[in-house]
Amino acid sequence: MPDLLIELFSEEIPARMQKRAAQDLKKLVTDGLVEAGLTYSAAGVFSTPRRLTLSIEGLLAQSPPQKEERKGPKTDAPQAAIDGFLRAAGVNIDELEPRDDKKGQVYFAVVSKPGRPAAAIVAEVLEGAIRTFPWPKSMRWGAGILRWVRPLHRILCLLCDEGGSEIVPLSVDHITASNITEGHRFLAPTPFSVKGFDDYSQKLARAFVVLDPETRAQSIWHDATTQAFALGLEVVEDAGLLAEVAGLVEWPVVLMGEIGIDFLALPAEVLQTSMREHQKFFSVKNPKTGRIERFITVANNAPQDGGTLILKGNQKVLSARLSDAKFFWENDLRRIQANGLEGMGAGLSAVTFHNKLGSQAERVARIATLAAHLAPMMYVDPERAILAAKVAKADLQSAMVGEFPELQGTMGSYYARVQNLPPEVAQCCKDHYAPLGPQDAVPDDALALVVGLADKIDTLTSFWAIGEKPTGSKDPFALRRATLGIIRIILTKDLHLNLRGLFTHANTLANADDLLSFFHDRLKVYLRDQGIRHDIIDACLVGVGNDDLLQVTRRAQALAAGLQTDDGENLRQAFLRANNILAQAEAKDGVEYSYGADPKFAENDIERAVFTALDHAEPLIAKAIHSQDFISSMAYMAALREPLDAFFTGLQINSDNAIIRRNRLNLLHRIRSTCGQLADLSKVVG
Amino acid sequence: MSASPTTAPRSFQDIILRLMAYWAQQGCAILQPYDMEVGAGTFHPATTLRALGGSPWAAAYVQPSRRPTDGRYGENPNRLQHYYQYQVLIKPSPSNLQALYLGSLAAIGIDATLHDIRFVEDDWESPTLGAWGLGWEIWCDGMEVSQFTYFQQVGGHDCRPVSGELTYGLERLAMYILGVDHVMDMPFNDPSAPIALTYGDVFLQTEQEYSRWNFDQANTQMLLQHFLDAEAECDRILTAPLLDGAGRAIVMAHPAYDQCIKASHLFNLLDARGVISVTERQAYIGRVRALAKRCADAFVSTSAGRSADEAGAL
Repeated sequence: MPDLLIELFSEEIPARMQKRAAQDLKKLVTDGLVEAGLTYSAAGVFSTPRRLTLSIEGLLAQSPPQKEERKGPKTDAPQAAIDGFLRAAGVNIDELEPRDDKKGQVYFAVVSKPGRPAAAIVAEVLEGAIRTFPWPKSMRWGAGILRWVRPLHRILCLLCDEGGSEIVPLSVDHITASNITEGHRFLAPTPFSVKGFDDYSQKLARAFVVLDPETRAQSIWHDATTQAFALGLEVVEDAGLLAEVAGLVEWPVVLMGEIGIDFLALPAEVLQTSMREHQKFFSVKNPKTGRIERFITVANNAPQDGGTLILKGNQKVLSARLSDAKFFWENDLRRIQANGLEGMGAGLSAVTFHNKLGSQAERVARIATLAAHLAPMMYVDPERAILAAKVAKADLQSAMVGEFPELQGTMGSYYARVQNLPPEVAQCCKDHYAPLGPQDAVPDDALALVVGLADKIDTLTSFWAIGEKPTGSKDPFALRRATLGIIRIILTKDLHLNLRGLFTHANTLANADDLLSFFHDRLKVYLRDQGIRHDIIDACLVGVGNDDLLQVTRRAQALAAGLQTDDGENLRQAFLRANNILAQAEAKDGVEYSYGADPKFAENDIERAVFTALDHAEPLIAKAIHSQDFISSMAYMAALREPLDAFFTGLQINSDNAIIRRNRLNLLHRIRSTCGQLADLSKVVG
Repeated sequence: MSASPTTAPRSFQDIILRLMAYWAQQGCAILQPYDMEVGAGTFHPATTLRALGGSPWAAAYVQPSRRPTDGRYGENPNRLQHYYQYQVLIKPSPSNLQALYLGSLAAIGIDATLHDIRFVEDDWESPTLGAWGLGWEIWCDGMEVSQFTYFQQVGGHDCRPVSGELTYGLERLAMYILGVDHVMDMPFNDPSAPIALTYGDVFLQTEQEYSRWNFDQANTQMLLQHFLDAEAECDRILTAPLLDGAGRAIVMAHPAYDQCIKASHLFNLLDARGVISVTERQAYIGRVRALAKRCADAFVSTSAGRSADEAGAL
């Protein structure tokens, strides 16, 4: 069985697109081959800045022959019909098979399609893949019409088996497939031919190309950490940067350089951001001081001088970059020393937040008012909350955040400390944005929670008030993220918040119920990821108090756990039976059986046992629910299972005796309300 | 004319002369700067208009470029309101354009075997010209030294064939090669010449003068009026009848495009004076783009701008 080797060699592919492109190549080609009948045993893909490579092992040498049967006219059909069928099927009359059919004898044409050699199929599939490749952005070049991410120069396409390798005959516009590739642009530019994947990867390695992006990333990380370790330093982890840098080089050479002494006083985040964003450098930290003291750059060259010249150049560029950053930092500090953060934030009145929602300054004022309202609920001094809210967004006016928007909050914290604002106010500048994503931690300090909740609630109610809700995949104001942030704060910090009231307090124009149901949807998504089904949450969302998401969640957790047990599941069944019988009876009789059942009409021990069990359980359930001990309340309910089972199996509810019947229906009502205190069990799907 | 590429360049002009010689050797027509104020070498009609249509083209030139908001009174080590770009445009883009480009770096003293040259994704877009392309910024040891773009659209028209465009920021590149930290200290001519001049000797005073005029003095009322005038004149030129008084059919694409360039620069001046609000900005850019688009429409109807099919049919 032959192996297949494909390499598409082009000018530099953007780093961020390489991984996906390799996967797309694999999928397009293997899907096409399999569809044409060519199965294989294994496929691997690789990418470098200049090539996408696909290696397929154990491909069928040719597709299996296929038999196709076509049913024709009856044997006694007019000659014209038979001739027409012969033409369409491409066969002679003596090749037709007469077969017995329900309606008599019918002609069948059995056309066997011979298998096709792999090369022909590969050529077709690969050309199709190249012409329809799903690049996020593609281009034309020269006078051609072919589209690729950047000009495509070579197609290497080989079928190889024990007998040797064969070039798959294939041309896409002006590019003809060959067995030729080339190595590193500067270190080994001479083209060479290859015989198969092993030969290819070995020759590439000698030509200074590490084919596998994972291997490049590992080697970069290994060399970087080793060099840092030798000096007692550590490299700041940055998986995104590592993947990007691995996509910018074919032959990674790790070089470590010093950051000029003038810049060491800059905040670590500033150094890190400037170096990452502008230069794609890793930061190297001194674990003793926490300072960023060196940088690591990854070159795509191994020059004679060991990289001295490259490092010198990089150092110079970095100095120019950091001079800018230092200028911004010092400028900002001067403004803080002169007018403080509130002075810096004064300019926010000239910055539009949203054209229907006024300026950033107006937004800050709203957040401060709401924070003051929330503060007592979380044992925070309202005055402190107002101060923190007022300075939390001031750094949006700093030169540093103007240059690096991702440093919003972080810079505010630094400037607040310089101004000697209380430490928790400084921390709040940064932390009130949190949590920014599902992985981001919820802040610890209550002040940051108060301002963070106020900020998020203001954002949500404001956009709800102007009818800007997220739709489908469109969520330009990140309202889902804000909602999830509030949910995570509530659940992580065990907060009982009356959200409906808070929404109305924040903005009377926002439809609080609609916003709450948006929260319920996000809560379902969040809890589903933790293994709680949406119907269980639905069951806990009914009734008053459904805007206290902590309570809703705890009910749902208790219910989910309870339903895992036999007792819980049987309790649900009992509830459903009670509910169904009652609903029917109430519909039929046109009354509600809520008068309360009387034990004196109980006919036997089975019925009396239910009264006893309910008398015992009800106060316990009520007490547990009151103290929000939902797990215990569920256990007390589940304990009712035995008497209820006996009741439903041993007794006829619809007794001929009208008094007994009414009493039993009233008892069912009592069962239903007792068991429905935790959740509306009728909403739980079995 | 220029020193041998094996020796290091000694001055700013040496680097320019070497680029001229190199691209002349590659067969480019060495053009002169366009005689109007532009924000970048791309605005030169030898790029913007010649990137359109089917006729082959190969040109290289220096273009003085003006960005009024970047003025720093000559104090910033590498920011100027007037600077030079070196521009190369070849249509159709040759398949060895990357190699040709690397050859030009060698010609100005950057040995690719000793440095770290990288092609880093950078998609180019000019909202004022209604143009975009894909390519890279080219890094040398972590510094951006050029832009490399395959033009896909100009003035809203697909580029067929595609032009390859190279843009070198000359001051920054030269400072790097010559090892100078402040642009004003850079030798303009040979430092051992009888009258050795630095970049500052030539441009420090003008940077100061223009910075003041750009930021404080330019008459905004007059600039606004000039913008309207340029816009109106561009429209008038393009709507003039095809035949002149003597019955000659002449489309005036270039004179119209001059007005578009003027409008663009006037917008930049108004921006530097801080009289254009954030919301107005987009509207102004849109107005210039509309002019650029109409000029491109006009150019593709001329003999220089015809598509390859039309040219073949005639």
